[in-house]
Amino acid sequence: MRLLTHNMLSSNIKGVANGFPLLIEVEKVIEKQVDFNPDFLKNIFPKIEWQALVQASRSMGYSELPEESPESSMLDSDDFLMKFHHVLLELHLEEGALVCPETGRKFPVNKGIPNMLLHEDEV
Amino acid sequence: MKLKQLESVLGDLEQFSNPKVELEQYPTGPHIASRMLYTAENSFGDVSNKVVADFGCGCGTLGAAATLLGADQVIAIDIDSDSLELASENAADLELDIDFVQCDIRNLEWRVCSVGHVDTVVMNPPFGTRKKGVDMDFLSMALKVASQAVYSLHKTSTREHVKKAALRDFNASSAEVLCELRYDVPQLYKFHKKKEVDIAVDLWRFVPKRNLGRGI
Repeated sequence: MRLLTHNMLSSNIKGVANGFPLLIEVEKVIEKQVDFNPDFLKNIFPKIEWQALVQASRSMGYSELPEESPESSMLDSDDFLMKFHHVLLELHLEEGALVCPETGRKFPVNKGIPNMLLHEDEV
Repeated sequence: MKLKQLESVLGDLEQFSNPKVELEQYPTGPHIASRMLYTAENSFGDVSNKVVADFGCGCGTLGAAATLLGADQVIAIDIDSDSLELASENAADLELDIDFVQCDIRNLEWRVCSVGHVDTVVMNPPFGTRKKGVDMDFLSMALKVASQAVYSLHKTSTREHVKKAALRDFNASSAEVLCELRYDVPQLYKFHKKKEVDIAVDLWRFVPKRNLGRGI
């Protein structure tokens, strides 16, 4: 699971008011190189919840993203775009868990696939 | 990529070895899958440089097709871990970057619904023959998640019902049958008496209402 996808997921357990962002417990992170596509990054940027991405990247052991949500002028900086690209598309949580911020319920991640299935009493 | 080429690549994907009847797991054949995504791309521009979600991805054929046609990001979702494992192996064989998530489509109330992150949803939902209404649950959720368009297959025999539900209940601004296809259902399950049957299915394109404001 890439952080791009993490940024879209939330805990949807019944009764949970704020299930976003999910915390990340890391057992194994892998990196896979993908082609750099600045246009994609510029399109996706406004849809990304920045704090969630920064927090997620730190849990994954990468600390080079700025804490504050960057101005859109940063999108002209290749240096910034490369870091954004790396965090969003190249870091994969291969083994670990996503944790509901409100209840602490863990959603396991195996072979890179998060299991977001709910138990009967959570629906 | 040309249509023939796409069909041939999809034809090499590994299919279910033990399909689960309760989930109505029928593979989306390369013929149908290639035409579905090719039309979405070439007639409507709904695939390349878009974020595409594949609902009930099974062995991942539609998601793979979207990636091959240049989608920027593909998220494939299924309830079944065996399907996801197979789909992720298929993606790895073709060196495609697809993110897989295990989830029941009916419980998909994620952040994704509120931000319009996903442009296009493609799906071959269960037809609802084993579990009544599940096809409409998929459609309802797809129209909540997609900001541009939903492509889906439904039995031709349910055409009027699908149209009415989409427009009246699920907030679609348009619901159009693009073509009628023959869906070959091979003899996968014991209750299938004939070796292979063809059923008529419609390829639909739905446009969610919130899209109207964006001038499409």
